[in-house]
Amino acid sequence: MLVLLAAFALTPLTLPWLTNRIGPRAFFLAALVPLAGFVHAGLLTPVVLAGETVTETFSWIPQLGLSLSMRIDTLSWVMTLIVTGVGALVMIYCRWYFDGKTSGVGMFSATLLAFAGAMYGLVLTDDLILLVMFWEITSILSYLLIGYYHARGASRRAALQALLVTTLGGLVMFVGAVILVVQAGTNSISGILAEYADTASGLAASPLIDTAIVLLLVGALSKSAIFPFHFWLPGAMAAPTPVSAYLHAAAMVKAGIYLIARVAPFFAVAAPWRPIVLSLGIFTMLLGGLQALRESDLKRILAFGTVSQLGLLTAVIGYGERNTALAGLALLIGHALFKSALFLVVGVIDRQLSTRDIGELSGVGRQAPTLAVASALAVASMIGIIPMVGFVAKEAALTSLLEAAEEPWALVALIGIVLGSVLTTAYGLRFFWGAFATKKDASGARKPATAWPDPPMGFLAAPIVLAVLSLIAGFAAPWLDTALRGYADTAPEVGDPYHLALWHGLEPALFLSLGCIAVGAVLFGFAVRTGKTPRRLLTFTAADVYNLTLRGIARLAVWTTSLTQRGSLPVYVGTIFVVFVASQATALLASPDWKIELDAWQTPIQVVVAPIMILAGIVAVRARKRYTGVVLVSVTGLGMVVLFATSGAPDLALTQVLVETVTLVTFTLVLRRIPARLGEHNASVWPVARAVLAVAVGATMAIVAMVATGARIEDPISDAFPDLAYELGHGKNVVNVALVDLRGWDTMGELSVLILAATGVASLVFVTHRSDLLSSAISSLPTAAVRTRRPLVETEEGPRPRASAPGSTRQAWLVGGQRMRPENRSIMLEVIVRILFHTIIVVSIFLLFSGHNLPGGGFAGGLVAGMALVMRYVAGGRYELGAAAPTDAGRLLGAGMTLAIACALVPLLFGEAPLTSHFWEADLPILGHVEFVTSTLFDIGVYLVVIGLVLDVLRSLGGEVDRQLQALREAQSARTAGGIS
Amino acid sequence: MSVSLVLIIIMGILFAAGVYAMLERSLTRVLIGFLLLGNAANLFLLVVMGQPGEAPFFGVGSPDEMSDPLPQALTLTAIVITFAVSAFLLALIYRSWQLGQADTVHDDEEDVALRERVPSGEDAMNDETSIEDQDDEVTTDFVGTATAPITVLQHRDIAGIRDDAPTDRPTDGGATGGGEQR
Repeated sequence: MLVLLAAFALTPLTLPWLTNRIGPRAFFLAALVPLAGFVHAGLLTPVVLAGETVTETFSWIPQLGLSLSMRIDTLSWVMTLIVTGVGALVMIYCRWYFDGKTSGVGMFSATLLAFAGAMYGLVLTDDLILLVMFWEITSILSYLLIGYYHARGASRRAALQALLVTTLGGLVMFVGAVILVVQAGTNSISGILAEYADTASGLAASPLIDTAIVLLLVGALSKSAIFPFHFWLPGAMAAPTPVSAYLHAAAMVKAGIYLIARVAPFFAVAAPWRPIVLSLGIFTMLLGGLQALRESDLKRILAFGTVSQLGLLTAVIGYGERNTALAGLALLIGHALFKSALFLVVGVIDRQLSTRDIGELSGVGRQAPTLAVASALAVASMIGIIPMVGFVAKEAALTSLLEAAEEPWALVALIGIVLGSVLTTAYGLRFFWGAFATKKDASGARKPATAWPDPPMGFLAAPIVLAVLSLIAGFAAPWLDTALRGYADTAPEVGDPYHLALWHGLEPALFLSLGCIAVGAVLFGFAVRTGKTPRRLLTFTAADVYNLTLRGIARLAVWTTSLTQRGSLPVYVGTIFVVFVASQATALLASPDWKIELDAWQTPIQVVVAPIMILAGIVAVRARKRYTGVVLVSVTGLGMVVLFATSGAPDLALTQVLVETVTLVTFTLVLRRIPARLGEHNASVWPVARAVLAVAVGATMAIVAMVATGARIEDPISDAFPDLAYELGHGKNVVNVALVDLRGWDTMGELSVLILAATGVASLVFVTHRSDLLSSAISSLPTAAVRTRRPLVETEEGPRPRASAPGSTRQAWLVGGQRMRPENRSIMLEVIVRILFHTIIVVSIFLLFSGHNLPGGGFAGGLVAGMALVMRYVAGGRYELGAAAPTDAGRLLGAGMTLAIACALVPLLFGEAPLTSHFWEADLPILGHVEFVTSTLFDIGVYLVVIGLVLDVLRSLGGEVDRQLQALREAQSARTAGGIS
Repeated sequence: MSVSLVLIIIMGILFAAGVYAMLERSLTRVLIGFLLLGNAANLFLLVVMGQPGEAPFFGVGSPDEMSDPLPQALTLTAIVITFAVSAFLLALIYRSWQLGQADTVHDDEEDVALRERVPSGEDAMNDETSIEDQDDEVTTDFVGTATAPITVLQHRDIAGIRDDAPTDRPTDGGATGGGEQR
């Protein structure tokens, strides 16, 4: 069974490709899979008849108790035979139905096969949660199948409608399933049912369990198109007819019936069960039957007929006694056979004549006798005419309900079924008459026969096989009785056990049955004679309610969107802060016993720095010029440096001062392009409200800081850090070891943020590409040319070393220097940069490696190296930057991140936790005592990423902005020149 | 754990200043606000660090006399991330200026349009829920496609070898009746 399930899952993947190669013949191959399932189930027949249950289990997610447990008992065996048998026939039928079509058929065949697989799993699994999963898979695949004609609005709407209704039901059912699983403590359906039957267990009838059962029922009823969910099924007739034959006659709608059949023998005694199942089932039967009499589209007649029959099945199977269970299962088999056959017949008519309107068809029966005979058999089975299987089943249903008729609900069911059978006869005859009879027009003259092109035999095979099976099954009633007994006996027995048979003698049920047929025939004759159709049963349609609901939801969505999506950045940011203040203030006020320990200050320097930082912060906000604002922000940053330095945090001070510098440089790079003054039009409204909110946030944070620090009762975890750092990380700088080892995952996350930000900067500035023009422009030069250290000049082919002027051997301090415009050059700067650059790089590397034991580390080292690049760029322009960093920033970022990830992953290969570090030491000649910790490699990754970030910022906001400025200038001068000439 | 009031005051004021600036429409002011907020948040971590002590280096002194290294590690990452994000904001400012000669964030036009549309009606939004459609009444699967019926190969079809080749419907319908049994 599991192997077959896997085949069902994998084969669809190959079908689109196969269909492209061999056309609709691929359906034959697709049919092989359900056929294999059919044969497999068929081979198990002796085992199932012996009353044994075959199980296969594959543990899937043991932590959740989820396992792919499959089992075949009588009910599953019957369902499997139906699902796979009809499935295989429909696939074969599709080969002709889709003949000549190419677009979308591959996807269609794949979806149909996958659907068959989901149904196969659904009827076989013993895991309730897995059943819900298969359930949802069938809903989604049916959406794709119904929406096959996706170019049609009606088709799309019908598909969406079916999806929404069935998934809503599935969701409700899932809640019920979870309640049952939790209460029973097992996923197994058989386990849950057994526990429910055992009244001593925790699953005995209680309001909670009753609720769960009702929720489960909602799922089953919505899937099986029982009122008030019935409307999706007629809508789903927008699907191709083979889909209707399979999904809406044999498979998907039967899923709900299957679930009811599975649980009814046990749950039928629950208080809400019979009222719901019987009232809705009977009502649906009558509603569908009446509506079927009004339709003129053959397929819609069948659709409402199916709704009606599903109501009948729900009522009979849901009654939950031994005899009704037997009758219900026989009805289910009968319905699957005759309804699929009829749908397929309609498909043949539609395919041949491109219509299925009974007003347009006339005299088809005479021209297509085989088809007509097959349909006659199927219709006879539907109406319940001896010797069809439908007769046997209906006989059983009527008898079993007659016997139980002291029960009020059984009486209701009996009366409903009798009335429903009358309607069934009427619409069954109407269908046959509509499809095959020679009709008369209004004046009484015969309509001309519709021309009938003969279809090939293969096209007709599937409906004929199904119709003939209806006949054979009728004769095989005694054998069916023994076969189905295995299921029926699970239900409680009331009265004598009934046996399925073709002839029970002149019983009350027989006369009821005959009466129904006679009244139905009269009703049909009357309707044809007068041309009248019965009135609607309800003044509104459920579809209208559905549409109103959808429209209401859409309106609500627009209303909510317009309410919450104000489209204004200040409003969004303000909302965040308001929520922050409100939530924190609530939390603070809710626990009023604050313990606050305050010193006025801790070090005198704090008092010195405080007024400077406060003033700078306030003025920065009110600054009218951009540069003023940013410089003042830098002042607060430098205040932070002082505070860090005096609080025993040298690493922080070092990093902060470097970052302040780089930030300032970056800002200056951008400021070249935008005006210095912040325009008045930039001012936002409501300064007072903003000030109030700002003060509220500040005050809240201050209180939070005081309360949070006062509330600390445990020793901080970091008390152990110094020892850990030395013993595990082999480093004396605790902060650095914390970054690269103890809390390495934090750093890993941070590196990702840095890479994202760098990529974001580059893509915002470069917009269309991210190739490294700078370094490639330089590196394409012959090395010797660069070695000469002659200044580069711009030529048609890009930068080239300046041809040496005669008599001049002067070399430049920086090769890119002469690319700058003369007024921007500073020879002092060039000299200093030339002298200092390599020194700074060495310092940065020293910081990187010494960081393990002394202040420094990858961040500080990377920033220092970045500063060196900044110097080269500022002094020499973008080509100088290209010469300084002859590689793509993206490569640096990638290499750094790869190194860091490797540090995380490699220990895994040795069965250790990620980011575990190792330590080697050795006494080498010359170098002396050398220690090496693998976390240094991680730090090198950090170093590379930080350099990459700075380089990316310089390349984008520096070099690329230069290029764009230059291009702009050239364009302008060209325009001016053009204007003059 | 006692904390410094001075630090908390600085922190509160920086937070307030940062929030005030972040509520502006000008992206530059938002950036200034973001930087101030970043500094304030780092200050918060500094406050949480508690009593300042020796720099946290192993072997320098006893752990009791050291500053708490954990907030320091957190702050270090925060500083670098603040730089990365402010660089991104600067690139945004540049791009915004390049496109619109302004660094102001205007209200999203789509949202405003949606807001204004609500009272005027919902006709545009239920295109998939309206039940009136000309396709609804069709009684065949084959709308808009010219599908020829599938037929068995007959004497008149000899010219066409493929049995799925489109053929005209025969006009003498009765003559071919009963031919399907073959």
